[in-house]
Order: sequence, then C-alpha cells, then structure tokens
Amino acid sequence: MTPDRDTILARVKDALAPLPRRAPLPDWESELVVMRQARGVVDPWTLFAERLRGVNGTPLTAVAELVALLDRGGWRRGYCDPQLWPRLAPAFPAGFAVETAFDRARVDDFSFGITRATAAIAETGTLVLTDTGTTSRLAALAPWVHVAVLTRADIFIDVPQAVAALPKDPNVIWVTGPSKTADVEGILIEGVHGPGVQVALLAD
Amino acid sequence: MPFQPIDQFATNLRPDTRAAVYDGSKAGHEKRTRLLFDHLPDANRLRGLAGEIKQHVVENLDTYLPQVEAALAANGVKVHWAADATAANEAVLSILRARGATRIVKAKTMVSEETELAPFLEQRGIECLETDLGEFIVQIAHDHPSHIVKPIIHKNRREIATLFEQNGLGAYNDDPETITRRARAFLRAKYLAADVGLTGANFLSAESGRLVLVTNEGNSRFCLAATKCHIAMVGIEKLLPRDRDLGLFLNLLARSATAQQLTVYTEFIAGPRSAGQPDGPEEMHVILVDNGRTTVLASECREILRCIRCGACLNVCPVYRQASGHAYRSVYPGPVGAVLSPLLAGERFPELADLPKASSLCGACNEVCPVNIPIPDLLLRLRARGKAEGAPLATAGTPPMGAWALLASQPTAWKAALLGGRLINHLPTKLLPIPALRAWEAKRELPEWRGGAFRSWLKGRARPPGAPRQGGGGPSGPALPNS
Repeated sequence: MTPDRDTILARVKDALAPLPRRAPLPDWESELVVMRQARGVVDPWTLFAERLRGVNGTPLTAVAELVALLDRGGWRRGYCDPQLWPRLAPAFPAGFAVETAFDRARVDDFSFGITRATAAIAETGTLVLTDTGTTSRLAALAPWVHVAVLTRADIFIDVPQAVAALPKDPNVIWVTGPSKTADVEGILIEGVHGPGVQVALLAD
Repeated sequence: MPFQPIDQFATNLRPDTRAAVYDGSKAGHEKRTRLLFDHLPDANRLRGLAGEIKQHVVENLDTYLPQVEAALAANGVKVHWAADATAANEAVLSILRARGATRIVKAKTMVSEETELAPFLEQRGIECLETDLGEFIVQIAHDHPSHIVKPIIHKNRREIATLFEQNGLGAYNDDPETITRRARAFLRAKYLAADVGLTGANFLSAESGRLVLVTNEGNSRFCLAATKCHIAMVGIEKLLPRDRDLGLFLNLLARSATAQQLTVYTEFIAGPRSAGQPDGPEEMHVILVDNGRTTVLASECREILRCIRCGACLNVCPVYRQASGHAYRSVYPGPVGAVLSPLLAGERFPELADLPKASSLCGACNEVCPVNIPIPDLLLRLRARGKAEGAPLATAGTPPMGAWALLASQPTAWKAALLGGRLINHLPTKLLPIPALRAWEAKRELPEWRGGAFRSWLKGRARPPGAPRQGGGGPSGPALPNS
C-alpha cells in the first residue's frame, strides 16, 4: 500500500527475528477484575445508584423527581429524545420549554438534554450510550444537565459483563459521572466540556 | 564534578513549582494505592497479567498489525502508516487538504507531542487547538506538558489566571472554577466551528478494530460529536489482542492514572457515525505511527513498549517529585521517560544519556506499574549502553571509581583504608579529604565510622559443627555483634 507500511512491517520483522521464543498470551478469569462490592449483588439498581452517587452523579427513580431537580436548578429549556418525550411530557408543567430536535447552532440554549441509555454498569455507576440508541451525541454532552433514561433490565453488574456485551455499534460511550478536571492545582471542578450534572432516571 | 543536566534542572527548580509537583504526585499515588487494593482482591496479580498480555502483543506485532489493519478497514476506517514524525504529520496534513479543512480541535495525544504536530500545522496555516484544559493552558503559555496525565502539575492558579488575562479570556481571576468555565465557553465555540477532531488512542483492539479513548473532561467526546472527520494517531504498540482484555486494562488504567474506578468518558469507536446519528464524523482515519518504536522493539528494553501512559511511576518517583517533568527534556518524563526517551531519541541517545542514571533504583516505579515493567532493570541496561557507547552524559556527575576499584581489589590497601577511615570520626566536615563526602555531610550527619567491624566479626565467629566454610550464619549461626 504505502512505502511506510512496508518499512514498518519489515522493521518489526527484523526486530523480532532474534527472539528465541515469543511471550504467550495468558488467559484470565473475569472474576479477577470485579470489585469486592459487586460480588453476590441481588439488586443491580441499588448498587448502581450507590456507585453513581459516589462519582457525584444523581440517580432518580421518578419523573417527578427529575422535574423538581430541573426546576430547583432553574434549568427549564432543554432537549428530549422524541421517542421518550410522550411518556415524560405529562410530568413537565408549563414553564418548561422542551424541544425534540437539537439545534447545534444554539447549543447553549439547551440547559438539559434527555436521551436514552442503552445499558448501565452497577459496580462503577456507569451509563452506556450508543450511537444507535442515543438520538444526538451533542444533546447528551453539551447541555449542563444530561439525563439518561434506563430500565432495570439493562443494568450489568460489572465491567467484564459490559465489555462482553459491547454492541455492534460504531460508537459506544461509557459515562461515569459528570465531566470533570483536576488540572488546576489538583482541585476537582465538574462540568468542564460536558455536563456538570449527570442524572440517571430509572423508567421501568 | 560536573552536574548531570537533570540534576541541574532540579537544583534550579523554583520552590513553589517543586512543592506543587511534590504534593500533586504524592496525593495521586496515595489515592491510587488505596483504591486499587480496597476494590480488587488481587491487584498485584492483575498487574502481572496485564504485563504478560502487553508483552505478548509487543512480541507478536508482526501478526497483530496486519490483523488490526484488516479489522479497521472492515469498520470503514481508512488506515495510514507513518514510519517517523514527519510522515505522521504529513499524513494528517494530506487528510486535511483533501477535505479543505483549516481548523482542528485536538484531544490529548502523546504521539502528537512526539511529532510536534500542532506547530507543524500552524506553520502551514491550520488552526490546531488543544482542548484538554491542561494542554490548552500549556498551548497558550507556549510551554510543554510536565506530566503525562497532569500536564500543568508545575503551574499554579495565579500563573494560569495571568495567562488567561493575557490571552483575552477575561480579567484576572484565579478561582479554578472561573478558569474552567471560561475555557468551557471559549472551546465550545471552537469545537462547533472545527472541521476535524484529532485524538490518540488509549487502546486499539486487534480483534475488532475498536479504538478506545478515555477522558475525564469530555473533550475527546466533544471533538467526536461536533466535527465531521476523526483522525486518530496511534503508536503501533497500543494494541490489545482481544476486546475482553479491555475489561482488565480499563480497570487498571483509571485507577493507576487518576485513582478512579473508570475514567468519566470511555469511548469505544468502531468507525464513522451510524446512519441515523446526526452528530459526529462521517469519515475516520487511523494513522499507525512507528517513530522509533521499532528501534525500541529491537533493543534489550522492549518491555517499555508495554507502557499504557498512566503516569503512576511519575507520581511515586522520588526523583520526579524533586526534579519535575521538564528536567527530563523530552515528551516522556519520570521513570518511564528515563527509559523511553533516550531510546526514542535514536541517534540523539547521548543527549539524554544522563536520564537512566537519574534514579536510586528504589524499584517503586516497578511496584506501581499496571503492566509490571521492570523499569530499574531497563535503567541498568541503558546505563551500560551509555557507558559502552562512551556518551559523556552517561558519566557526568558520577565520581571516578578507579580508586575504589583499586582499594576493593587489594586486601592490604583495603585494611589500611579501613584504619585510616577512623580518622574521619575526628575530622571537622570542612577538612574531609573527599569533595563528595564534604558535599554530602554539609546537609546530613555522617554516621560514625566503624570500618573493620564486619571483618573482625567474620574472623571471630564460631562455626556450627559440620557447616561448610563458606556458609553464612543461618538460623543457628551467631548473631551479629551489637552496634
């Protein structure tokens, strides 16, 4: 293809030629990387909610709680996945302006974005968003508040399970709490480029 | 005695920089250790396993590189190869030109630091903006990162506030939250206006061609949500054999790098965006970069290619904590840098030949390494190489050992020196006959000289019946004399 390809592969071959034997590929038990707290879990949501709180995320179990949270924060303009909106809309009182198309020309008009999470990981408090399941990458990232809607059945207990079930999707992103940095003097600041508030809403 | 350059840097370091680096790296290390061992039942076994997996990859790159190339192509990714820094930068440039692109937003990638991509593109009229907060600050300061994970560990908030003011990012304000909000607002507009998002890769699965990126700020995600073209520069050693190995490596990476269970955003990318998705790249390129890695592969130090760039060895290193990252004069500081940088330097190895010597060989770097790289062993091999090649920096700052060799090989001279050594107990510091000892004792108390005590003990010890002559004391042997 390119000369650089041939050059690199030839260099690799030459470098490896003197090795009398190559290091074998070890196998390993998934159990080894599962954290202690995730063993023998009965209710994945309880562990998920606890771990999500541990990374300053917000687990909610009722749409009314979500409305109250948005209202308290003064976040009244936002985006919602058009398929989710009919179910959520009745709980939103007048005074909220919710659009079902995300306009990238005015990203800062949206103070919250509600999209679907395809799955979650309990031991880490992680939400799993996919390209085919999340209506807009930007709507789940640019607003100050991101709300991921998930169902109980979609919660994996641990990371190895979630890796084994990585869907055939060109883009899968695991989100573990709000966007954050500690670049300035090691001080934790949330909401750097992504959401400062990360909500998981259980909607069975 | 001439200083080695790294010592010179450490000596001239500003006290507040030293304090910032020391505190930041120490805190990171302590948190990492707690998390790793509290969460996981056998963290050390994981480090060993991860090391074996990466060593296997490194020693089988001839198989894995063509495999990943095919997997990437099957995902609709265009694969490019770059033998050196120039080829890598040119590859980026030609992709940009083909698209008529003039604006790049860039997430943190160490490879692009190696190739000096940003200045290369800027000289050709292309805006290339760093989006990681720390890297952005480094860029507007025309500085260099001093830590792999915490690029501005050497800067304090007052310096940053001044920089922001000078760059038109608002009046002086050194509140970290204000600094972050200003960067958020400024960079947001840049993402949305950019043509191309450029990233590195933390891992690349040979099995599926999945490219894995982790960030806490969400900047790489924003690059891949706002732009229409994704370019990833990936070192050829970044491969993992199987997707399932990600479960092991992601667990180790976040804990080792930033003492988190998982980094906030862990993105698995297997090609351009899906058909129904309005945001993100419609075109994806992966540039597989050698830039010295095959030279490392051919060397006696190929274990260093296991490195996953977590920075744990920097945080734990007593030398890094005192010297800070810039003392290493290269892209990779700390213990990993002391091995990798001289090797990647190729013909410029002699310029960095002092780095392998900047270590007490305490072994802490090996102990924390998530891929169990035997860094102290590699440092010794590089010291030997420096000496063999006669690199002047390989001996700078090292006291001449000729006199020592003479003493240690002549029993009579040795005995005389032991007796003579007793005089030191009675000499004031400034009259000590050896300059190195004088310098040492200026800051510390020299212990009392007891030269010869071991020899007389050895001579006088009672040997248990039947014990071989050369045997040591063993459990039933005599105790050492009380001091």
